[in-house]
Amino acid sequence: MPFSLIAISTIAEAGGGDLVSFINWLSLALIPLIIAGILIAGTIKKVPTYETFVEGGKEGIQIAFSIIPYLVGMLVAITIFRASGALDFVMGLLKPVFTAIGFPAEVVPLAFIRPISGTAALGMTSDLIATYGPDSFIGQLAAVMQGSTDTTLYILTVYFGAVGIKKMGDALKVGLLADLIGIIASVIIVSLLFGGA
Amino acid sequence: MVNLIWVFLTVIGLVYAMFNGTMEEVNEAVFKGSKEAVTISIGLISVLVFWLGLMKIAEEAGLLNFFSKLCRPFISKLFPDIPPNHPAMGYILSNLMANFFGLGNAATPLGIKAMEQMKALNDGKNEASRSMITFLAVNTSSITLVPTTVIAIRMTYGADQPTDIVGPTILATLISGIGAILIDRYFHYRRSRRG
Repeated sequence: MPFSLIAISTIAEAGGGDLVSFINWLSLALIPLIIAGILIAGTIKKVPTYETFVEGGKEGIQIAFSIIPYLVGMLVAITIFRASGALDFVMGLLKPVFTAIGFPAEVVPLAFIRPISGTAALGMTSDLIATYGPDSFIGQLAAVMQGSTDTTLYILTVYFGAVGIKKMGDALKVGLLADLIGIIASVIIVSLLFGGA
Repeated sequence: MVNLIWVFLTVIGLVYAMFNGTMEEVNEAVFKGSKEAVTISIGLISVLVFWLGLMKIAEEAGLLNFFSKLCRPFISKLFPDIPPNHPAMGYILSNLMANFFGLGNAATPLGIKAMEQMKALNDGKNEASRSMITFLAVNTSSITLVPTTVIAIRMTYGADQPTDIVGPTILATLISGIGAILIDRYFHYRRSRRG
C-alpha cells in the first residue's frame, strides 16, 4: 500500500468524529458566509445591490426555459433505453468482460449508469449500500464511485443547451473517458484501502 | 455525434421493447422522461435566479475580477485561449470552487455563465470551443471536497464512520480530474494536427 494512501486512511479514521462535525459546520456556514460577503462587498463598492440582483436574476428565468427542450429530448431517450430493458441487455453482454479483468460484478451496472442518469445512479448506490452494508467492500466502492464521478450526459446537455451550442466536438468523448478513469481509480483505491477483491 | 447517440438510444430502446414485450414500459417512459426533464428545468429557476442575481452583484463589486487575479497563474495554463482579465475566468473559477465545496446548486448557474462568456469569446459560434471542452472535462470529473449526498446515504444505513470515504473519494476524483485534463489535451493536440 503506498504511503500516501495509509496517511489518508489514518487521517480519516483518527479524525472521525471531529471531521463529521467540521463538515457539518462547513456545509451549513459556507453559503450564508458567501451571501453576506458578496452583499457587504457590494455595499462598500456602492453597487445598487437590490437592483443589480433583480437584473442578474432575470437572466436565470430565461436560461431555465431554454434548457427545457434539450433536457426533454435527452431524458426521454435515456428513459426509453432503460425502460425497454435494452440497457440491462447491453450490461449483461459486457459484464463478463468486466469481471474477467477483475472488476467486481456487483458494481458494473452502477459504472454504466453513473454518466447517463444521476437519479438512477443514486438509487443504485443506495441499493448497493443497503444490500451489502455501508462498511462492506461493495458498499464502500459504490459510495466512492458515486462521489467521485458526475452525470456527464446531464452536464453536457444543460451547459451546451443553455448557451445554444450545437456541435459538442470532443466534449462527450473526453467526459466519458474521464468517467472511465474515475471508475477504474475508485476500484483500485478502494481495493487497496478496504481490502476485498 | 449527439444526433447519432440520441437516435441510437431511442431507436434501439424502441426496437428492443418490441421483442422484449416492454412496450407498455416504453410508452410510460416517454411521458415520465419528459415530465422529469421539465421538473428539473423548472426546479432550476429558483437557484438560477438567486445565484445569478447574487453573482451580478459580485461582478459589479469587482469580486469576480479579484478572485480570478488570485488564481490566474494556475488557471490560465488550463485555459490558454481565454485572456487572463476576461470575465469568463472569474465565472470558471467560481464554478470550480462551488463544485469543490459541494455547492452544486450554485455551481450550475456559474457554469452556465462561464459557458456564455466562452461563447462570446468564440465569436458566438454554435460549436464548442477548446476552452469549453476543457471546462466541461474538468466539470464532469466533479472535483469535490465533501461528497455530501453519499455521506448522507452512508449515515442512513448506519456506517461506522460515514466520512471515511472522503479520503478515497478525493483521491479518485483527483485522478479522474487529472485524467480528464490529459485526455482533453490529447484530443486538442489531435485536432490541431489535423488542421
